Amino acid sequence: MVKVFSWGRLEGAESDAHSLHQRGDVSRVIQRTGSGIAHGMGRSYGDACLNPACVIWKTAGLDHFIRWDEETGRLICEAGVLLRDIQRLMIPRGWMLPVTPGTQLVTVGGAIANDVHGKNHHVLGSFGDHVKGVTLCRTNGDVIECGPDHQSDWFKATVGGVGLTGVIVTADIQLRRVAGPWLEAETIPYSDIDEFFQLADASESAWEHTVSWIDCLSLKGRGLFMRANPIDKKERLISFPRQKKIPFVLPISFVNSFSLKPFNAAYFYLKKRQKGLSIASIESFSCPLDHILEWNRLYGPNGFFQYQSVVPRADALNTINRMRREIRAAGQGSFLAVLKTFGKKAPLGFLSFPQPNGVTLALDFPNKGKTTLALFERLDAIVHDAGGRIYLAKDACQSRDLFVSGYPKLEQFLSFRDPGISSQLSRRLMGY
Amino acid sequence: MKRIVIIGATSSIAEHCARCWIQKAPVDLVLVGRNKEKTEHVAMDLRVRSPQSTVVSMQIDFLDPIHIKQLADDLEKEAAIDIVLIAHGVLPDQSRCQTDLVHCEEALLVNAVSPVLFSEGFAASMQKAGHGTLAIIGSVAGDRGRKSNYTYGAAKGLVARFAEGLQHRLAGTPVNVVLIKPGPTDTPMTAHMTSQSGRLASASEVAKQIVSGIDKGKPVIYTPAKWALIMWVVRCLPRWVFNRINI
Repeated sequence: MVKVFSWGRLEGAESDAHSLHQRGDVSRVIQRTGSGIAHGMGRSYGDACLNPACVIWKTAGLDHFIRWDEETGRLICEAGVLLRDIQRLMIPRGWMLPVTPGTQLVTVGGAIANDVHGKNHHVLGSFGDHVKGVTLCRTNGDVIECGPDHQSDWFKATVGGVGLTGVIVTADIQLRRVAGPWLEAETIPYSDIDEFFQLADASESAWEHTVSWIDCLSLKGRGLFMRANPIDKKERLISFPRQKKIPFVLPISFVNSFSLKPFNAAYFYLKKRQKGLSIASIESFSCPLDHILEWNRLYGPNGFFQYQSVVPRADALNTINRMRREIRAAGQGSFLAVLKTFGKKAPLGFLSFPQPNGVTLALDFPNKGKTTLALFERLDAIVHDAGGRIYLAKDACQSRDLFVSGYPKLEQFLSFRDPGISSQLSRRLMGY
Repeated sequence: MKRIVIIGATSSIAEHCARCWIQKAPVDLVLVGRNKEKTEHVAMDLRVRSPQSTVVSMQIDFLDPIHIKQLADDLEKEAAIDIVLIAHGVLPDQSRCQTDLVHCEEALLVNAVSPVLFSEGFAASMQKAGHGTLAIIGSVAGDRGRKSNYTYGAAKGLVARFAEGLQHRLAGTPVNVVLIKPGPTDTPMTAHMTSQSGRLASASEVAKQIVSGIDKGKPVIYTPAKWALIMWVVRCLPRWVFNRINI
């Protein structure tokens, strides 16, 4: 038994860990060990990758590339390969992953199982939209090859299926041609949510990446809107910044009621002074926190939650403002708060998170026990009223009601589950 | 292009060494393993990572002295070898070794006899060619016998003594012998002792240090480096102290 954490470091789960290293052995191992769940980099925040007192199958050792076609940009690799390794290998060759989330330190399998999205969702959809096939090992010994054009129902269940349909062993991904890693980025301060929507609407047709940082404690919802487009800067050398590491778990959370307000204000005014255009690499624009390894230790021994919801656009202004007021009144929240609009494309997976044209708000909350959970109940009610849903990759505590109402394709999904696979999340939300 | 032969190429440390080498510059790699399919998987991965490198995989019985000798001669004849890395090993269950002598024998054969056969085979052909570095993976466990894994430790100790002798024999020749002693590393071999507390070194870190140590031609590489100090202390402990420690 080893102690396993998810990214939120809420409570560790003692689990029986089995490492998967050879793709040929996966089927045999998962048939032998008993009910488990695949665990890649443990970057989901809540309990999707945890299985207390049961088995986890660690997939980070499945890190082999299998085939690369320079002409077509098709990459076949094992599910434990990191997105960062693909990017660093392929960008110098003029190709890259079309979609990466806020961290590249996740496995391909995790990116598919959570159907992750990035700042270019309105142009390129989510990760699953670029996967042409996966090999799935089931605990009954079945091996299923599925993709958008073959066994597509299996594929729709697996993309976004939080690992519950089988263990993803290999994936076939369509990369995208690029000139290099450089983006021309622009930062525009906004003073309220209404202005955010105006900026988002004005930017979506001409800018490939859009995202915004929001000061969750400000009165009107001020923030910084960031948008970026790829730019050809061949003369610039590709370099990868050195990573620093938070060496230990801080004894108390660095993010607390004393530090948060001045920190947010300082960040806003500092960035406001630097508004305008600049050149950034895709790594530093999309995944700024990847340069600080184990940054989750900053939240201290109790860990933290990330609350990420999506609500339909129609009443989003009102809904986001209601949520903001609750958060402000509770005086909780964190420096890390992101507001973004999704594109109009419906996601592929039965349990994929993005809602077409939805508006997503993501916030970190240091874990203060009951007071934090009480705030989440109030936020859940607002999301429920609005017809929204919570991102399973982040979730540690939503109610079963909200889950069922938020994911209307749940029934379709359930018939594809592997009876030999369950996680803390699946037991909490689906009964087993 | 450097020509590098890796014995036990599916071992995690060896695989990461290969990744380090191909990342630096295209190389001519020969991967030797016990299992054909698994060795070829490693080769496929390296070919994607470095299309300019040539990577071939081959299978051999690791305890067959005739074939090992033949392999060493053939590979050297094909083209001069710059580096041979001998990396295979298994971590046996110590308590099982004490009762199941078949398990014990297997552990000694794979961890001690086999690396010696490969080393001797390649040392001869490299000496003849007058060129190359022979790197052998031992272990910190070989520095002093401990009750928790002395069968493995004894095998690795044999490898260490062998490497020492080989270094003595080849001193003054152009052939270099490097003995590598990794501390506990996060690999399939140690999967059962894996915890998230980070007590185990990562295979990629260990590999980086091995590759740079081989470049510098160090006679002994402890990796991570702190193990040089730790093992010095362990070796120095008087027996009456050592025997009371539960390690």
